[in-house]
Amino acid sequence: MYKYWWKIVACVLVFYSSVAGFLMEVPVLPILNETIRNLYFHVPMWFVMVVLFSISVFYSVKYLATNKQDYDTRAVESVNVGLLFSILGLVTGAIWARFTWGQFWSFDAKQTFAAIAILLYFAYITLRNAIDEEQKRAKIAAVYNIFAFPMMVVLLFVLPRMQDSLHPGNGGNPGFNAYDLDSRMRMVFYPACIGWVMIGYWIYTLRYRLNIIKNHN
Amino acid sequence: MLKKLTIKLTLRSMPLIHQIKYLIKKEMLLEWRSKYALNGILLYVVSTVFVCLLSFISIKPITWNALFWIIMLFSAINAVSKSFLQESKARQLYVYTLASPFALMVAKILYNTFLMLLLTIIALVFYSLVFGFPPQDKGLFFVSTILGSISFSTIFTMVSAIASKAGNGGMLMAILSFPLIIPVLILLIKLSKNALDGLDRSASLDEIGNLLVVNILAIVVSLVLFPYLYRD
Repeated sequence: MYKYWWKIVACVLVFYSSVAGFLMEVPVLPILNETIRNLYFHVPMWFVMVVLFSISVFYSVKYLATNKQDYDTRAVESVNVGLLFSILGLVTGAIWARFTWGQFWSFDAKQTFAAIAILLYFAYITLRNAIDEEQKRAKIAAVYNIFAFPMMVVLLFVLPRMQDSLHPGNGGNPGFNAYDLDSRMRMVFYPACIGWVMIGYWIYTLRYRLNIIKNHN
Repeated sequence: MLKKLTIKLTLRSMPLIHQIKYLIKKEMLLEWRSKYALNGILLYVVSTVFVCLLSFISIKPITWNALFWIIMLFSAINAVSKSFLQESKARQLYVYTLASPFALMVAKILYNTFLMLLLTIIALVFYSLVFGFPPQDKGLFFVSTILGSISFSTIFTMVSAIASKAGNGGMLMAILSFPLIIPVLILLIKLSKNALDGLDRSASLDEIGNLLVVNILAIVVSLVLFPYLYRD
Protein backbone atom coordinates (compact mmCIF):
# COMPACT_ATOMS: atom_id res chain seq x y z
CA MET A 1 0.00 0.00 0.00
CA TYR A 2 2.73 2.44 0.97
CA LYS A 3 4.19 2.08 -2.51
CA TYR A 4 1.18 2.50 -4.77
CA TRP A 5 -1.00 4.92 -2.82
CA TRP A 6 -0.19 7.64 -5.36
CA LYS A 7 -1.57 5.55 -8.20
CA ILE A 8 -4.91 5.38 -6.41
CA VAL A 9 -4.76 9.13 -5.81
CA ALA A 10 -4.03 9.67 -9.52
CA CYS A 11 -7.00 7.56 -10.60
CA VAL A 12 -9.31 9.27 -8.11
CA LEU A 13 -8.19 12.73 -9.23
CA VAL A 14 -8.57 11.99 -12.96
CA PHE A 15 -11.92 10.29 -12.39
CA TYR A 16 -13.12 13.20 -10.24
CA SER A 17 -11.95 15.81 -12.74
CA SER A 18 -13.57 13.98 -15.66
CA VAL A 19 -16.93 13.63 -13.93
CA ALA A 20 -16.91 17.03 -12.29
CA GLY A 21 -15.54 18.58 -15.47
CA PHE A 22 -18.61 17.51 -17.39
CA LEU A 23 -21.22 17.99 -14.67
CA MET A 24 -20.21 20.96 -12.55
CA GLU A 25 -21.33 24.45 -13.37
CA VAL A 26 -19.03 26.60 -15.47
CA PRO A 27 -19.17 30.33 -16.16
CA VAL A 28 -21.23 31.11 -19.26
CA LEU A 29 -19.08 33.03 -21.73
CA PRO A 30 -19.66 34.11 -25.29
CA ILE A 31 -18.07 31.92 -28.03
CA LEU A 32 -16.57 29.52 -25.47
CA ASN A 33 -19.93 28.41 -24.05
CA GLU A 34 -19.71 24.82 -22.84
CA THR A 35 -16.42 24.12 -24.65
CA ILE A 36 -14.67 25.78 -21.72
CA ARG A 37 -14.84 22.34 -20.10
CA ASN A 38 -12.07 21.27 -22.44
CA LEU A 39 -9.73 23.32 -20.24
CA TYR A 40 -9.71 20.37 -17.84
CA PHE A 41 -8.39 18.05 -20.54
CA HIS A 42 -6.41 20.13 -23.02
CA VAL A 43 -4.15 22.07 -20.66
CA PRO A 44 -3.17 19.14 -18.37
CA MET A 45 -1.92 17.20 -21.42
CA TRP A 46 0.72 19.88 -22.04
CA PHE A 47 1.66 19.97 -18.37
CA VAL A 48 2.26 16.21 -18.48
CA MET A 49 4.37 16.61 -21.62
CA VAL A 50 6.58 19.30 -20.07
CA VAL A 51 7.01 17.26 -16.88
CA LEU A 52 7.95 14.12 -18.83
CA PHE A 53 10.39 15.93 -21.09
CA SER A 54 11.99 17.48 -18.00
CA ILE A 55 12.36 14.02 -16.48
CA SER A 56 13.96 12.90 -19.72
CA VAL A 57 16.51 15.73 -19.67
CA PHE A 58 17.26 15.00 -16.02
CA TYR A 59 18.10 11.39 -16.87
CA SER A 60 20.07 12.41 -19.95
CA VAL A 61 22.27 14.57 -17.75
CA LYS A 62 22.61 11.70 -15.31
CA TYR A 63 23.52 9.36 -18.17
CA LEU A 64 26.33 11.63 -19.34
CA ALA A 65 27.61 11.87 -15.78
CA THR A 66 27.57 8.14 -15.02
CA ASN A 67 27.26 6.21 -18.33
CA LYS A 68 24.69 3.86 -16.84
CA GLN A 69 22.47 2.31 -19.54
CA ASP A 70 19.55 2.36 -17.13
CA TYR A 71 19.32 6.16 -17.27
CA ASP A 72 19.20 6.10 -21.04
CA THR A 73 16.20 3.78 -20.95
CA ARG A 74 14.47 6.13 -18.54
CA ALA A 75 15.21 9.12 -20.77
CA VAL A 76 13.87 7.53 -23.95
CA GLU A 77 10.76 6.10 -22.29
CA SER A 78 9.80 9.45 -20.80
CA VAL A 79 10.20 11.05 -24.23
CA ASN A 80 7.96 8.34 -25.72
CA VAL A 81 5.21 8.93 -23.19
CA GLY A 82 5.68 12.71 -23.42
CA LEU A 83 5.17 12.49 -27.19
CA LEU A 84 1.95 10.56 -26.64
CA PHE A 85 0.63 13.31 -24.36
CA SER A 86 1.78 16.07 -26.71
CA ILE A 87 -0.23 14.48 -29.52
CA LEU A 88 -3.23 14.21 -27.19
CA GLY A 89 -2.76 17.89 -26.37
CA LEU A 90 -2.65 18.76 -30.06
CA VAL A 91 -5.80 16.73 -30.78
CA THR A 92 -7.81 18.10 -27.85
CA GLY A 93 -6.69 21.58 -28.84
CA ALA A 94 -7.72 21.02 -32.46
CA ILE A 95 -11.18 19.85 -31.40
CA TRP A 96 -11.52 22.88 -29.15
CA ALA A 97 -10.37 25.14 -31.98
CA ARG A 98 -12.99 23.59 -34.31
CA PHE A 99 -15.78 24.86 -32.07
CA THR A 100 -14.36 28.21 -31.01
CA TRP A 101 -12.09 29.42 -33.82
CA GLY A 102 -13.97 27.71 -36.62
CA GLN A 103 -11.48 25.12 -37.86
CA PHE A 104 -9.26 22.36 -36.57
CA TRP A 105 -6.01 23.94 -37.61
CA SER A 106 -5.70 27.67 -38.19
CA PHE A 107 -1.91 28.09 -38.08
CA ASP A 108 -2.20 29.93 -34.83
CA ALA A 109 1.26 30.82 -33.48
CA LYS A 110 1.06 28.50 -30.51
CA GLN A 111 -0.33 25.62 -32.56
CA THR A 112 2.53 25.94 -35.02
CA PHE A 113 5.22 26.20 -32.37
CA ALA A 114 3.81 23.25 -30.46
CA ALA A 115 3.93 21.21 -33.67
CA ILE A 116 7.57 22.23 -34.22
CA ALA A 117 8.40 21.30 -30.62
CA ILE A 118 6.93 17.87 -31.27
CA LEU A 119 9.03 17.59 -34.43
CA LEU A 120 12.08 18.25 -32.26
CA TYR A 121 11.36 15.12 -30.26
CA PHE A 122 10.53 13.07 -33.32
CA ALA A 123 13.99 14.09 -34.52
CA TYR A 124 15.33 12.70 -31.25
CA ILE A 125 13.63 9.36 -31.94
CA THR A 126 14.93 9.38 -35.53
CA LEU A 127 18.43 10.05 -34.28
CA ARG A 128 18.20 7.06 -31.97
CA ASN A 129 17.01 4.83 -34.78
CA ALA A 130 19.92 5.91 -36.96
CA ILE A 131 22.56 4.55 -34.56
CA ASP A 132 22.99 0.84 -33.93
CA GLU A 133 25.60 0.73 -31.25
CA GLU A 134 23.93 1.00 -27.84
CA GLN A 135 26.52 2.99 -25.91
CA LYS A 136 27.06 5.41 -28.74
CA ARG A 137 23.34 5.83 -29.30
CA ALA A 138 22.76 6.57 -25.64
CA LYS A 139 25.50 9.18 -25.52
CA ILE A 140 24.63 11.03 -28.73
CA ALA A 141 20.91 10.95 -27.99
CA ALA A 142 21.55 12.34 -24.51
CA VAL A 143 23.57 15.20 -25.95
CA TYR A 144 20.86 16.02 -28.47
CA ASN A 145 18.15 15.79 -25.83
CA ILE A 146 19.92 18.32 -23.61
CA PHE A 147 20.59 20.59 -26.58
CA ALA A 148 16.94 20.44 -27.69
CA PHE A 149 15.30 21.04 -24.32
CA PRO A 150 16.03 24.79 -24.00
CA MET A 151 14.76 25.20 -27.58
CA MET A 152 11.54 23.43 -26.65
CA VAL A 153 11.12 25.83 -23.73
CA VAL A 154 11.70 28.82 -26.03
CA LEU A 155 9.24 27.42 -28.58
CA LEU A 156 6.44 26.78 -26.13
CA PHE A 157 6.80 29.54 -23.57
CA VAL A 158 8.69 32.47 -25.10
CA LEU A 159 7.86 32.78 -28.79
CA PRO A 160 4.05 32.41 -28.64
CA ARG A 161 3.88 35.34 -26.23
CA MET A 162 5.45 37.61 -28.83
CA GLN A 163 3.23 36.68 -31.76
CA ASP A 164 -0.41 37.36 -32.44
CA SER A 165 -2.19 34.33 -31.17
CA LEU A 166 -5.73 33.25 -30.51
CA HIS A 167 -4.60 31.44 -27.39
CA PRO A 168 -5.37 33.13 -24.11
CA GLY A 169 -2.32 34.58 -22.39
CA ASN A 170 -0.47 35.14 -25.68
CA GLY A 171 0.02 38.06 -28.02
CA GLY A 172 -1.46 40.53 -25.57
CA ASN A 173 -4.55 38.44 -24.86
CA PRO A 174 -5.45 38.22 -21.20
CA GLY A 175 -4.72 34.86 -19.59
CA PHE A 176 -7.49 32.52 -18.68
CA ASN A 177 -7.40 33.34 -15.00
CA ALA A 178 -7.99 37.02 -15.77
CA TYR A 179 -11.59 36.53 -16.68
CA ASP A 180 -13.03 33.12 -16.46
CA LEU A 181 -11.06 30.75 -14.31
CA ASP A 182 -13.18 31.45 -11.27
CA SER A 183 -12.81 29.51 -8.06
CA ARG A 184 -15.32 26.87 -9.12
CA MET A 185 -13.21 25.98 -12.13
CA ARG A 186 -10.01 25.96 -10.10
CA MET A 187 -11.57 23.24 -7.94
CA VAL A 188 -11.55 20.96 -10.97
CA PHE A 189 -8.61 22.31 -12.95
CA TYR A 190 -5.87 21.85 -10.35
CA PRO A 191 -6.84 18.28 -9.40
CA ALA A 192 -7.03 17.48 -13.13
CA CYS A 193 -3.48 18.74 -13.68
CA ILE A 194 -2.06 16.86 -10.70
CA GLY A 195 -3.97 13.71 -11.59
CA TRP A 196 -2.89 13.65 -15.24
CA VAL A 197 0.74 14.34 -14.36
CA MET A 198 0.67 11.35 -12.01
CA ILE A 199 -0.98 9.18 -14.68
CA GLY A 200 1.67 10.22 -17.20
CA TYR A 201 4.42 9.38 -14.74
CA TRP A 202 2.78 6.03 -14.05
CA ILE A 203 2.66 5.13 -17.75
CA TYR A 204 6.32 6.09 -18.00
CA THR A 205 7.33 3.84 -15.08
CA LEU A 206 5.34 0.98 -16.60
CA ARG A 207 7.07 1.36 -19.97
CA TYR A 208 10.42 1.62 -18.27
CA ARG A 209 9.85 -1.56 -16.28
CA LEU A 210 8.61 -3.38 -19.37
CA ASN A 211 11.80 -2.36 -21.12
CA ILE A 212 13.90 -3.79 -18.30
CA ILE A 213 12.08 -7.13 -18.50
CA LYS A 214 12.57 -7.22 -22.27
CA ASN A 215 16.28 -6.57 -21.92
CA HIS A 216 16.66 -9.32 -19.35
CA ASN A 217 15.27 -12.02 -21.60
CA MET B 1 49.66 22.61 -42.19
CA LEU B 2 48.69 19.67 -40.02
CA LYS B 3 52.32 18.97 -39.32
CA LYS B 4 52.76 22.52 -38.19
CA LEU B 5 49.69 22.11 -36.02
CA THR B 6 51.24 19.05 -34.43
CA ILE B 7 54.36 20.92 -33.53
CA LYS B 8 52.46 23.82 -32.15
CA LEU B 9 49.91 21.81 -30.26
CA THR B 10 51.75 18.74 -29.03
CA LEU B 11 51.61 20.20 -25.59
CA ARG B 12 47.99 20.31 -24.62
CA SER B 13 49.05 22.45 -21.73
CA MET B 14 49.49 25.25 -24.23
CA PRO B 15 47.24 28.21 -23.44
CA LEU B 16 43.70 27.78 -24.76
CA ILE B 17 43.81 31.01 -26.67
CA HIS B 18 46.74 29.77 -28.78
CA GLN B 19 45.05 26.45 -29.46
CA ILE B 20 41.97 28.29 -30.64
CA LYS B 21 44.05 30.57 -32.83
CA TYR B 22 45.82 27.70 -34.59
CA LEU B 23 42.62 25.73 -35.05
CA ILE B 24 40.91 28.70 -36.67
CA LYS B 25 43.94 29.18 -38.89
CA LYS B 26 43.74 25.54 -39.95
CA GLU B 27 40.06 25.83 -40.83
CA MET B 28 40.65 28.96 -42.86
CA LEU B 29 43.51 27.44 -44.79
CA LEU B 30 41.49 24.34 -45.62
CA GLU B 31 38.58 26.47 -46.80
CA TRP B 32 40.84 28.69 -48.84
CA ARG B 33 42.33 25.67 -50.58
CA SER B 34 39.03 24.10 -51.59
CA LYS B 35 36.80 27.20 -51.59
CA TYR B 36 33.95 24.76 -51.05
CA ALA B 37 31.68 27.03 -49.02
CA LEU B 38 32.43 30.11 -51.05
CA ASN B 39 31.64 28.47 -54.36
CA GLY B 40 28.62 26.75 -52.82
CA ILE B 41 27.03 29.98 -51.70
CA LEU B 42 27.70 31.66 -55.01
CA LEU B 43 26.04 28.78 -56.79
CA TYR B 44 23.05 28.87 -54.44
CA VAL B 45 22.53 32.59 -54.68
CA VAL B 46 23.02 32.78 -58.40
CA SER B 47 20.72 29.87 -59.21
CA THR B 48 18.01 30.95 -56.75
CA VAL B 49 18.10 34.50 -58.00
CA PHE B 50 17.81 33.36 -61.61
CA VAL B 51 14.95 31.01 -60.85
CA CYS B 52 13.15 33.79 -58.99
CA LEU B 53 13.92 36.33 -61.66
CA LEU B 54 12.39 34.08 -64.29
CA SER B 55 9.30 33.26 -62.24
CA PHE B 56 8.57 36.48 -60.32
CA ILE B 57 10.03 39.16 -62.66
CA SER B 58 9.80 41.68 -59.82
CA ILE B 59 9.20 40.85 -56.15
CA LYS B 60 7.46 42.54 -53.26
CA PRO B 61 9.53 43.45 -50.18
CA ILE B 62 7.87 40.75 -48.07
CA THR B 63 8.82 38.08 -50.61
CA TRP B 64 12.29 39.61 -50.86
CA ASN B 65 12.71 39.08 -47.14
CA ALA B 66 11.45 35.49 -47.07
CA LEU B 67 13.52 34.52 -50.10
CA PHE B 68 16.66 36.02 -48.65
CA TRP B 69 16.36 34.00 -45.45
CA ILE B 70 15.55 30.80 -47.32
CA ILE B 71 18.71 31.22 -49.39
CA MET B 72 20.69 31.94 -46.24
CA LEU B 73 19.21 28.92 -44.46
CA PHE B 74 20.19 26.44 -47.13
CA SER B 75 23.60 27.85 -47.82
CA ALA B 76 24.28 27.98 -44.06
CA ILE B 77 23.30 24.36 -43.59
CA ASN B 78 25.69 23.38 -46.37
CA ALA B 79 28.54 25.59 -45.30
CA VAL B 80 28.42 24.89 -41.58
CA SER B 81 27.55 21.19 -41.65
CA LYS B 82 30.79 20.72 -43.54
CA SER B 83 32.76 21.65 -40.44
CA PHE B 84 32.36 18.23 -38.85
CA LEU B 85 30.77 16.08 -41.54
CA GLN B 86 33.46 16.49 -44.16
CA GLU B 87 36.40 15.75 -41.95
CA SER B 88 37.58 12.19 -42.20
CA LYS B 89 37.41 10.04 -39.08
CA ALA B 90 41.15 9.74 -38.96
CA ARG B 91 41.80 13.44 -39.14
CA GLN B 92 39.16 14.13 -36.50
CA LEU B 93 40.85 11.68 -34.19
CA TYR B 94 44.19 13.29 -34.89
CA VAL B 95 42.98 16.79 -34.06
CA TYR B 96 41.16 15.53 -30.98
CA THR B 97 44.35 14.13 -29.55
CA LEU B 98 46.12 17.43 -30.10
CA ALA B 99 43.65 20.03 -28.93
CA SER B 100 41.24 20.23 -26.04
CA PRO B 101 37.55 19.80 -26.93
CA PHE B 102 36.76 23.22 -25.50
CA ALA B 103 39.28 24.91 -27.76
CA LEU B 104 38.07 22.92 -30.74
CA MET B 105 34.44 23.90 -30.23
CA VAL B 106 35.25 27.56 -29.65
CA ALA B 107 37.42 27.57 -32.77
CA LYS B 108 34.72 25.93 -34.87
CA ILE B 109 32.02 28.33 -33.67
CA LEU B 110 34.22 31.38 -34.23
CA TYR B 111 35.35 30.21 -37.65
CA ASN B 112 31.81 29.35 -38.72
CA THR B 113 30.54 32.72 -37.55
CA PHE B 114 33.23 34.39 -39.59
CA LEU B 115 32.42 32.22 -42.58
CA MET B 116 28.70 32.93 -42.28
CA LEU B 117 29.32 36.67 -42.08
CA LEU B 118 31.38 36.47 -45.26
CA LEU B 119 28.74 34.38 -47.01
CA THR B 120 25.99 36.74 -45.91
CA ILE B 121 27.84 39.69 -47.39
CA ILE B 122 28.38 37.90 -50.70
CA ALA B 123 24.79 36.71 -50.84
CA LEU B 124 23.41 40.12 -49.92
CA VAL B 125 25.50 41.96 -52.49
CA PHE B 126 24.53 39.64 -55.31
CA TYR B 127 20.91 39.41 -54.20
CA SER B 128 20.44 43.17 -54.01
CA LEU B 129 22.18 43.67 -57.35
CA VAL B 130 19.33 41.79 -58.98
CA PHE B 131 16.34 42.52 -56.77
CA GLY B 132 17.30 45.83 -55.20
CA PHE B 133 17.64 46.61 -51.52
CA PRO B 134 14.24 47.60 -50.09
CA PRO B 135 14.88 47.80 -46.27
CA GLN B 136 14.04 51.24 -44.96
CA ASP B 137 16.01 50.85 -41.74
CA LYS B 138 19.30 49.65 -43.19
CA GLY B 139 21.18 49.58 -39.87
CA LEU B 140 18.62 47.30 -38.25
CA PHE B 141 18.64 45.01 -41.28
CA PHE B 142 22.41 44.60 -40.99
CA VAL B 143 22.00 43.84 -37.28
CA SER B 144 19.53 41.10 -38.20
CA THR B 145 21.91 39.59 -40.76
CA ILE B 146 24.76 39.61 -38.24
CA LEU B 147 22.56 37.98 -35.62
CA GLY B 148 21.44 35.51 -38.26
CA SER B 149 25.01 34.53 -39.12
CA ILE B 150 25.84 33.99 -35.46
CA SER B 151 22.70 31.94 -34.83
CA PHE B 152 23.19 29.73 -37.86
CA SER B 153 26.79 29.04 -36.94
CA THR B 154 26.17 28.27 -33.25
CA ILE B 155 23.25 25.93 -33.81
CA PHE B 156 24.47 24.18 -36.95
CA THR B 157 27.98 23.63 -35.56
CA MET B 158 26.68 21.59 -32.63
CA VAL B 159 24.13 19.71 -34.73
CA SER B 160 26.78 18.84 -37.31
CA ALA B 161 28.98 17.48 -34.52
CA ILE B 162 26.06 15.29 -33.39
CA ALA B 163 25.19 14.20 -36.94
CA SER B 164 28.79 13.35 -37.80
CA LYS B 165 29.04 11.13 -34.71
CA ALA B 166 25.82 9.38 -35.62
CA GLY B 167 27.25 8.18 -38.92
CA ASN B 168 24.98 8.97 -41.85
CA GLY B 169 25.43 12.67 -42.30
CA GLY B 170 23.39 14.79 -44.67
CA MET B 171 19.88 13.52 -44.07
CA LEU B 172 20.24 13.41 -40.31
CA MET B 173 21.68 16.92 -40.32
CA ALA B 174 18.48 18.27 -41.90
CA ILE B 175 16.15 16.29 -39.63
CA LEU B 176 17.98 17.33 -36.48
CA SER B 177 18.59 20.96 -37.28
CA PHE B 178 15.38 22.18 -38.90
CA PRO B 179 13.19 22.01 -35.80
CA LEU B 180 15.99 23.75 -33.89
CA ILE B 181 16.50 26.52 -36.41
CA ILE B 182 12.85 27.29 -37.20
CA PRO B 183 12.21 29.32 -34.00
CA VAL B 184 15.39 31.30 -34.63
CA LEU B 185 14.44 31.82 -38.25
CA ILE B 186 11.00 33.10 -37.25
CA LEU B 187 12.62 35.65 -34.94
CA LEU B 188 15.05 36.69 -37.67
CA ILE B 189 12.36 37.09 -40.30
CA LYS B 190 10.30 39.17 -37.87
CA LEU B 191 13.28 41.36 -37.04
CA SER B 192 14.24 41.96 -40.66
CA LYS B 193 10.58 42.55 -41.54
CA ASN B 194 10.59 45.33 -38.95
CA ALA B 195 13.70 46.74 -40.59
CA LEU B 196 12.07 46.42 -44.00
CA ASP B 197 9.06 48.43 -42.88
CA GLY B 198 11.23 50.96 -41.11
CA LEU B 199 9.48 50.49 -37.78
CA ASP B 200 10.73 52.29 -34.72
CA ARG B 201 13.75 50.44 -33.33
CA SER B 202 12.24 50.06 -29.88
CA ALA B 203 9.67 47.72 -31.47
CA SER B 204 12.41 45.22 -32.31
CA LEU B 205 14.18 45.08 -28.96
CA ASP B 206 12.23 41.96 -27.94
CA GLU B 207 13.43 40.01 -30.97
CA ILE B 208 17.04 41.13 -30.57
CA GLY B 209 17.00 40.20 -26.88
CA ASN B 210 15.49 36.80 -27.60
CA LEU B 211 17.97 36.06 -30.37
CA LEU B 212 20.86 36.94 -28.07
CA VAL B 213 19.47 34.71 -25.32
CA VAL B 214 19.01 31.80 -27.75
CA ASN B 215 22.55 32.23 -29.03
CA ILE B 216 24.13 32.41 -25.61
CA LEU B 217 22.15 29.34 -24.58
CA ALA B 218 23.24 27.44 -27.67
CA ILE B 219 26.90 28.38 -27.19
CA VAL B 220 26.97 27.50 -23.49
CA VAL B 221 25.16 24.20 -24.01
CA SER B 222 27.41 23.17 -26.90
CA LEU B 223 30.57 24.05 -24.99
CA VAL B 224 29.40 22.01 -22.03
CA LEU B 225 28.20 19.05 -24.10
CA PHE B 226 30.91 18.74 -26.75
CA PRO B 227 33.51 17.14 -24.45
CA TYR B 228 31.07 14.24 -23.98
CA LEU B 229 30.64 13.88 -27.69
CA TYR B 230 34.11 14.16 -29.12
CA ARG B 231 35.54 10.90 -27.83
CA ASP B 232 34.05 7.63 -29.00
